[in-house]
Amino acid sequence: MSSRPELLAPPEIFYDDVEARKYTSSSRIIEIQSKLSERAVELLALPDDGVPRLLLDIGCGSGLSGETLTENGHQWIGLDISLSMLNIASEREVEGDILLGDMGQGLALRPGVIDGAISISAVQWLCNADKSSHEPKLRLKAFFGSLYRCLARGARAVFQVYPENLAQRELILRSAMHAGFAGGVVVDYPHSAKSRKEYLVLTCGPPSLTTATPKAKGEDGESCSEDEVSEDEENQTVRFSDRQRPRKKQKVNKKGKGREWVLRKKEQMRNKGINVPPNTKYTARKRKARF
Amino acid sequence: MRLLTHNMLSSNIKGVSNGFPLRIEVEKVIEKEVDCNPDFLINMFAKIEWKALVDAARTMGYAELPEEAESSMLDSDEFLRKFHHALLELHLEEGALVCPETGRKFPVNKGIPNMLLHEDEV
Ligand SMILES: C[S@@+](CC[C@H](N)C(=O)[O-])C[C@H]1O[C@@H](n2cnc3c(N)ncnc32)[C@H](O)[C@@H]1O
Repeated sequence: MSSRPELLAPPEIFYDDVEARKYTSSSRIIEIQSKLSERAVELLALPDDGVPRLLLDIGCGSGLSGETLTENGHQWIGLDISLSMLNIASEREVEGDILLGDMGQGLALRPGVIDGAISISAVQWLCNADKSSHEPKLRLKAFFGSLYRCLARGARAVFQVYPENLAQRELILRSAMHAGFAGGVVVDYPHSAKSRKEYLVLTCGPPSLTTATPKAKGEDGESCSEDEVSEDEENQTVRFSDRQRPRKKQKVNKKGKGREWVLRKKEQMRNKGINVPPNTKYTARKRKARF
Repeated sequence: MRLLTHNMLSSNIKGVSNGFPLRIEVEKVIEKEVDCNPDFLINMFAKIEWKALVDAARTMGYAELPEEAESSMLDSDEFLRKFHHALLELHLEEGALVCPETGRKFPVNKGIPNMLLHEDEV
C-alpha cells in the first residue's frame, strides 16, 4: 500500500460508494486481495477432510476475500463497517452472509461456534481513533476478546495486516495475546519492500495436532535475522513472536513479572510447540513486564 | 441473511447477559436454492441451537422442522433436506432482529443486518 487510507478518513467515510466501486473494479486490487486471502486460508490450516467450515471474514469489504473462502468450499459470515462496500458485495452476489458492524465494538456472536477467521487488510484500521470516544487499545481489546470467545477451541484466526510501524504491530499483537490467543507473526518476502506481507496467525486455546502452527514459506528454522539478505526473495518467510518488540517500549512498562515467570512461560510456549528463543543470561533482563 | 447466521448472532449490547436468540421481525423473506452438503450439516448440527432454528424458520414461514432433533436423525435424507432448507435457503431480506433483553431493533435492509451499536451501548 503506497498511501495509507486509514490516515485519511474513518473507514465508513473513506470507503464510500465511489471508492468502494473503484476498489472492487481494479483488477490489480482483485488479484492482490485474492492472493492474500488464499495465503490466509492456507495459514488457517483447516483439517484436510473436504468438510466445509463456518468461517468469519472480518472487514470483508466488497467480498473479494470472502470469495476465496467460497472457492475453498467454506461457508462464511462477513463483517464490515462500510455499507458502500457491503452493497457492492451484495450486488456481486457473494455467497456469505454480510453484516454491517464495527469490529471495535466486539463481535455479536455466540461462544465457540466459529471454525476459523480471516481478516485481510483491515485490522490496522483499528489502531486509529476516529472519534473522540475511540480508544484504540479498548477497541482492540473488545475485538480480540469477542473473537476469542466466538471461536471453537483450537480454531485459528489469520490476519493479513499493514501495521504502520513497530509500535502498531506490537499493539495489535499484545491485544491478541491478552485475549488469550497463542501465536505470532508470519512475514512472507521480508526483504522485498514491494511483496513483503505480514500475517498474524493466532490459535484459540491449546493447540491440537490438527492446529499446530504450519511451517512458514521458505523458512529454514534456523535464522530469523532480518539483516540476512537473501538472493531468493520470492521464497522467504520469517516468523517472529511478540517477543521482538521495540526496546524503548519495553522499558516503559513498570509492572515486572520476574525472570522465573518468564522462564516458566517460555517453557509453556515450547510445550505448545511454539518457537521461542533459547534462555540466556539476557532473558527477562530489563524487559520484565512481558514475556 | 440466512438462519445459519441468525443462529450464531447474539446481541452484545452493554449490560445484556443473554442476547440469544435475536427475535426476527419479517417484512420480506426470499428463498434461494443452493446445493446441499450433508458433511457441512452434520458438522454444524452440534453447534446449532435447535429450538432457536425451529422458531426462526417458523417466523420465516417454514414450519417443517421437527420440534426436537438429535444427531441420529442426521441419517435421514428427509431430515437433512429440511435442515438444509431452513439453515441455508431462507433469507431475511427486509425486517429486523430484536434484542431479547432490551427490545432494541437491529434493522435488516437488502439482506444486511445493521449490527452497529450506539455509543452508549458499547
Ligand atoms: C482494504 S479493505 C479490504 C476488504 C476485503 N477484506 C478485501 O480483501 O478486499 C479494508 C476493509 O476493512 C473495513 N474496516 C475498517 N475498519 C473496520 C471496522 N472497525 N469494523 C469493520 N470493518 C472495518 C473497511 O470498511 C474496508 O472494507
